[in-house]
Amino acid sequence: MPTGVPYVARRLLGAAATILLAVTLNFLLFRLAPGDASDLTHVPGASPALRHALRHEFGLDQSLWHQYLAYLGQLAHGNLGVSFANRLPVADNLWTAIGQTCIIALPGLLLAVVIAVATGLLSVWRHGTAVDHASRGTALVLYALPAQWVAIVLISLTSGWLPTAGASDPFAVEQSGLAHALDVAHHALLPAVCYALVAYGQFMIVVRASLLQSLSEDYILTARAKGLSSWQVVRRHALRTALLPVTTLFGLTLGSLVAGIVLIEAAFSWPGIGLAIANAVGARDYPMLQGAFLVVTVVVVLTNLAVDLLYRALDPRVRVSRRA
Amino acid sequence: MRRPSAFGVGLTVLALFCVAALLGPAIAPYGLHEQVGGVFQPPSWSHPLGTDDAGRDVLSLCIGGARVSMVVAVAASFVAIAIGASIGVIAGYSGGLVDGVLMRITDYFLVVPALPLMIVISTVWGPSLWHVVLVIGALLWTPSARVLRAEVLTVRERSYVLRVRAMGASRTRIIVHHVLPQVRALIAANCVLTISVAIFFESALAFLGLESADTVSWGTMIADAFRRAAASSGAWWAFVPPGICIAIVVLACNLVGSAVEDRAGTRLRAPRLSRTGFAVADRTAGEDA
Repeated sequence: MPTGVPYVARRLLGAAATILLAVTLNFLLFRLAPGDASDLTHVPGASPALRHALRHEFGLDQSLWHQYLAYLGQLAHGNLGVSFANRLPVADNLWTAIGQTCIIALPGLLLAVVIAVATGLLSVWRHGTAVDHASRGTALVLYALPAQWVAIVLISLTSGWLPTAGASDPFAVEQSGLAHALDVAHHALLPAVCYALVAYGQFMIVVRASLLQSLSEDYILTARAKGLSSWQVVRRHALRTALLPVTTLFGLTLGSLVAGIVLIEAAFSWPGIGLAIANAVGARDYPMLQGAFLVVTVVVVLTNLAVDLLYRALDPRVRVSRRA
Repeated sequence: MRRPSAFGVGLTVLALFCVAALLGPAIAPYGLHEQVGGVFQPPSWSHPLGTDDAGRDVLSLCIGGARVSMVVAVAASFVAIAIGASIGVIAGYSGGLVDGVLMRITDYFLVVPALPLMIVISTVWGPSLWHVVLVIGALLWTPSARVLRAEVLTVRERSYVLRVRAMGASRTRIIVHHVLPQVRALIAANCVLTISVAIFFESALAFLGLESADTVSWGTMIADAFRRAAASSGAWWAFVPPGICIAIVVLACNLVGSAVEDRAGTRLRAPRLSRTGFAVADRTAGEDA
C-alpha cells in the first residue's frame, strides 16, 4: 500500500469502494432475476404493445450498462424508487423507518454494553468460581438462542401487561406530545429489552476474554508494583485497554446485530427498517427491499469506518506502530 | 471419576442430533404431516411435548425437523468452508497481488450485512431449501478465509515447506501435500463453528417465510408458532422445544469448535487468575477461556 497516502484517506476510499460494490451488487441481483418489471405487473391480457411500452417506460429495453448508469444517477439524487406496496417514495419510507429503529436499537445496545461490562468485570473478579461459570453460562446460552425465539418467549411471558406489537396505541387519537412519547416508550420497552438480551451474549464473552488478556500485560504488574489497589488497577489500566477490542468487535458484529434487529422488529411488528425488510419480502416489494438493503449496508460500512477511526484516536499504540 | 471434556460432551450431543437427523421420521412417534390431536394440546402422556396449531405432535416435529435443520446447516457450512478455505489458502500461499485482491473481496463480504443480503438473494431466487443452503454458504465463508490465510502465511515459511520447494515441488503439490495437512484441524474447527451460525440463519430465513411452506425444520416450527399466535394462547410447547434444540446444537458446536482450536494451539491463552480478585496467580499456566 502507498504509505504516503494518509490512513484516514485510505479508509475513506475503502469505504466508498465497498458502498459502490454494494450498489453494483444490488443493481445486478435484481436485474439478473428471471423476468422483469413488465412481467411483475401481471397486467391481465397485456398486449405485446403494452408490454413493450412498459419496458420502454422503465428503460428495460436499454443496455445493462445504460441501466446501471441511470441507476447510479437516480441514487446520486437520493431517489430509491417508489414502493410497490404503499406508492410512497422508498427514501421517505426508509427515513421514517430508521428513526423508529433507533428508538429500540440504541437503548437496547446501550443496555447490553453496560450489563456486559458489569458482568464481565464480575466474572473476572470471581474468576473460576461459580459466579464466573454462572454469568459466562448465561451469556453463552443467550448467544446460542435465535433472536426471534427470544422475542416470542418474551411476548408469551409478558402478554397482557406489556404491549407486544406496534410502536404506539392505534386507538389513542389526538394525544399530547408527552402522552405520545410515553406511549411509544411503553411499546418500545419489550423490543429494546429483547434486543439487549440478544446482543448481550457476545459482548459479555468478549469483554471477559479481553479483560483476562489485558490483566496479564506487563503494565498491570507495574501498576500493582506502584501499590495501586486492585480496583484502581482494573479501572485505570485494565478496563481501558480491554474495552478497545470491544469497539472493534462492535464494528464486526454489526452484521449480526442487523440480523437481530430484522428478526426482533418482525416479531414485535415494530415499524423500523427491519420490519420494512420483512414486509417487503412478503409483498415482493423489490424497490423497498433494494433500498433497505442499500441503506443498511451504508450504515454498517460508515459505522465500521467510524469505529476504526475511533480506535485509532483511542489507542496510541496503533498510531505509533503504523508510523514506524 | 474424570470430568468429561468439553470436546467429548459437545461431540456426543452433536452425534445424537446427527442420528436424529439421519433416522428422523423413522424414530418419530407420529408422522410429520399427520393430525393426531386437537389444536395446541398441552403436553400429555401420548404427546410429551403437546401438539401444534395443526394438531401435529411437537415431539415428532422436533425429531423430524432435525433432518432439515441439520442438513441445511451442515451443507451450508461445507459450501462456506470450501469457498473460505480455497480463498484463504490461495491468498496466504500466493501472497502479493492475488492475496491483496482476495483479501479486499473478503473485507467487503465481512462488512456487508449477511442477513439482509441473504434475504435479497432468496427473495429474488424464490423459496427453496437448496437456495437457502447456497445463500448461507456463499455468505459465511469470510471468517474461515481470514483465519486460514493467517495460518498458511506462517506454514509457508516453515523450513520443511521451503525444503520441498527447493526440491522443485509444484505449487499445487505443496499446497495439497504439505500445507493442507497442517491446517486440517483449523478447517475442521471452522466447519463446526460455521454450522452453528448457519443454523441461526436457517431459522431466520424460515421465520421470514423464505423457506418453502411444506418444509418442517426447527426454524419453520418457530415461525409457524409465531404466525398462529402460540405465544398469546399460552402454548409454549409449540415454540420452546425447537428453540432449545437450536441452542443445544449451537452450544455443542461451539464447545467442539473451540476445543479443536485449542488443540491446534491457534487461540490466545488467557492467564490464570486467582479465584478471589483480579490478582494473577500464575502467569505461565494456560487456561481454557
